[in-house]
Amino acid sequence: MAGLSFDLIALQLFAGLALGAIYVLFAIGLSLIFGMLTVVNFAHGAFYMVGAYVGLYLISIGGNFWICLVAVPIAIGLFGLAVERVLIRPLYGRGIDYPLLLTFGLSYVMVECVRIAFGKTGYPFDTPEILQGAVDIGVGYFPLYRLFVIGATAVVLLALWLFLEKTSFGLIIRAGARDPQIVRVLGVDVSKVWLIVFGIGTAIAGFAGLLAAPLQGVIPEMGGTILAEAFVVTVVGGMGSIGGAVLAGLLVGVVVSMTSLFAPEMAKVSIFALMAVVLIVRPQGFFGRAGLMS
Amino acid sequence: MANKVNKAGSISRRRLLTTVSAGAALAVSPFRINLLQAEEAPIKIGFPVPLTGPYGAEAQDQVRAGQLAVAQFNDAGGLNGRKAELVVRDDKLNPGEAATRTLELVEKEKVNFVVGSLSAAVQLAINNVTKERGVIFNSISQSDAINEAADFSKYTFHEALNPHMTSGAVGRYAFAKFGKKVAFLTADYAYGHEMVRGFLEVGKEFNVENLGDIRHPLGTTDFSTLLPRLQALKPDILCISNFGRDQQIALKQATDFGIKKSIQIIAPLLSHASRVAAGPQAFEGVVGGCSFYWGIEDKFASTKAFNDAFRKMYDGKLPTDYGALGYGGVRTVLEAVKAAGSVETDKVVAALEALKYDYYKGPQYYRKCDHQSVQSVLVIKSKSKDLRNESDVFEVLSTEEPNEKYLRTCEALGHKS
Repeated sequence: MAGLSFDLIALQLFAGLALGAIYVLFAIGLSLIFGMLTVVNFAHGAFYMVGAYVGLYLISIGGNFWICLVAVPIAIGLFGLAVERVLIRPLYGRGIDYPLLLTFGLSYVMVECVRIAFGKTGYPFDTPEILQGAVDIGVGYFPLYRLFVIGATAVVLLALWLFLEKTSFGLIIRAGARDPQIVRVLGVDVSKVWLIVFGIGTAIAGFAGLLAAPLQGVIPEMGGTILAEAFVVTVVGGMGSIGGAVLAGLLVGVVVSMTSLFAPEMAKVSIFALMAVVLIVRPQGFFGRAGLMS
Repeated sequence: MANKVNKAGSISRRRLLTTVSAGAALAVSPFRINLLQAEEAPIKIGFPVPLTGPYGAEAQDQVRAGQLAVAQFNDAGGLNGRKAELVVRDDKLNPGEAATRTLELVEKEKVNFVVGSLSAAVQLAINNVTKERGVIFNSISQSDAINEAADFSKYTFHEALNPHMTSGAVGRYAFAKFGKKVAFLTADYAYGHEMVRGFLEVGKEFNVENLGDIRHPLGTTDFSTLLPRLQALKPDILCISNFGRDQQIALKQATDFGIKKSIQIIAPLLSHASRVAAGPQAFEGVVGGCSFYWGIEDKFASTKAFNDAFRKMYDGKLPTDYGALGYGGVRTVLEAVKAAGSVETDKVVAALEALKYDYYKGPQYYRKCDHQSVQSVLVIKSKSKDLRNESDVFEVLSTEEPNEKYLRTCEALGHKS
């Protein structure tokens, strides 16, 4: 194929970072829930999908995309709270595979319910008008909406960081993740902390689903593919590490993008090749704490 | 040797006599109808299609229209009162799953025929099973390989278009009109490969320059890392050979990247259900082919009749391209059953081969050597303005009339002439 120009490589790198931002946004909720609760949430993709459907529904009854940006995370967060309270809580202290199997089953139930309510066929989801089209970013044209997604991801990350690092509730969450026993002895209701963490994690999943909808439309199975990629990001970044998820998400995006340039057939495999290499060199991932799974 | 043949011949003659006399006795009996209804099971048509997965939207239309063909057959009295039944299975777009489901349909459900599939690869898996068991299979999905001697059997029929015909028709239209520099974005499996081969073949007549072919796995949800490269190749035409949800997402994201501003996008097949699922913006201005569009009802009485019957059965909904194939695939088999007066495989094969039919899109027939349905190919363009109803999605630009010269020759496919 024709030669590679500097602009193309730069644009490709940028496309990789933009793709990485989507991985980060999706994986961050997964990583948060795992890091704090040691729950491997297999229903994360289903929450993501429901987020897109809630957005679709709100727009169909007269809402707009900007309202959805606020309403969808709240709705999915509340849904997540209910799931934690009713289904996950009874399983704490029973070993990591109990909530894993539960959420795995739950994801099937959620996908099937959406199929019943909205049908098996996908729906279009238009990009909001002022975010349509492509803009010149110096090295080539790039869709405006994807730039918006990068910005939205940055805002979510910043808010999450401020919340965890700068508020007293964030302090309790971090303490609870490190030693729930002591936190409980100090008179803090740990179960309430876990409830809220699960709610935040699912809210971010719903938010990510809404942001993904204008990129690829809405379909009940949309959470399935991205879940595999998000697990790779979480594993590479280190299970439970938010900083690790950010670094790994961006790295995976760039690796996919660069592989696409030179050997497009290998793009999908490259993600797993990267994971294999990282696991061999550093089994706990970039910033993971060893022994979290045991 | 000659002796043996004679012997076999005499046995079959004797058997024929017994059957005929038994049949005659039954025919004069007053209990005939009761007996038939009590003893004869329905004519079962196995229908494996990918109801879940990236081609789900199209597969559901196949089922709807297949049901219509069965309902019409039954309403018209069936085969002397014997009714037909569609046994639908989800093959999940997976060759292994499809083979298992088909085997189950043949062995457990004891289906008389198999119609269905929606994948160039999966249909070969189904065909492998049916050909081994000697069951008629009418494929309603694109494939070139199924015509070739290696995969073909006398039980194999192909109601759908094949990639050679489709890409040929679209290529002849597009290369003459939009330019000679072509880049390809292709689903990395049989369907995509066969389409690109077809485009390059017809491209030779037009001195088309192939700038590059980027392949993506089936079920890709993000094309953002492939599109900048395609754009940098600066083609006149970007040919996107994928299907279902892959097509929806690829066209949507290509639109987002502003590719349509300087490049004409063509697709070998534009799927009606995908256009509806992706919305008008994503498909706007894209030129492609199809086997059927409801809008040709002004031209063919059969299309009008099919549309009306479909509308009546499904609350005013209009049939789609793949729906029409489901209808055609089931109806041809049932009409052949009627013509043969039997569900016996060999007789139905002969009846299908003899069929000259016009059930939904103008005249068609199965070519003798490979059982490929010789039929028209429509070249269409997706519209986004002045839509009269939710099914008003395409504009027919031209029609390539049914003609064997647009098919690969029987010799090229490895059949004895």
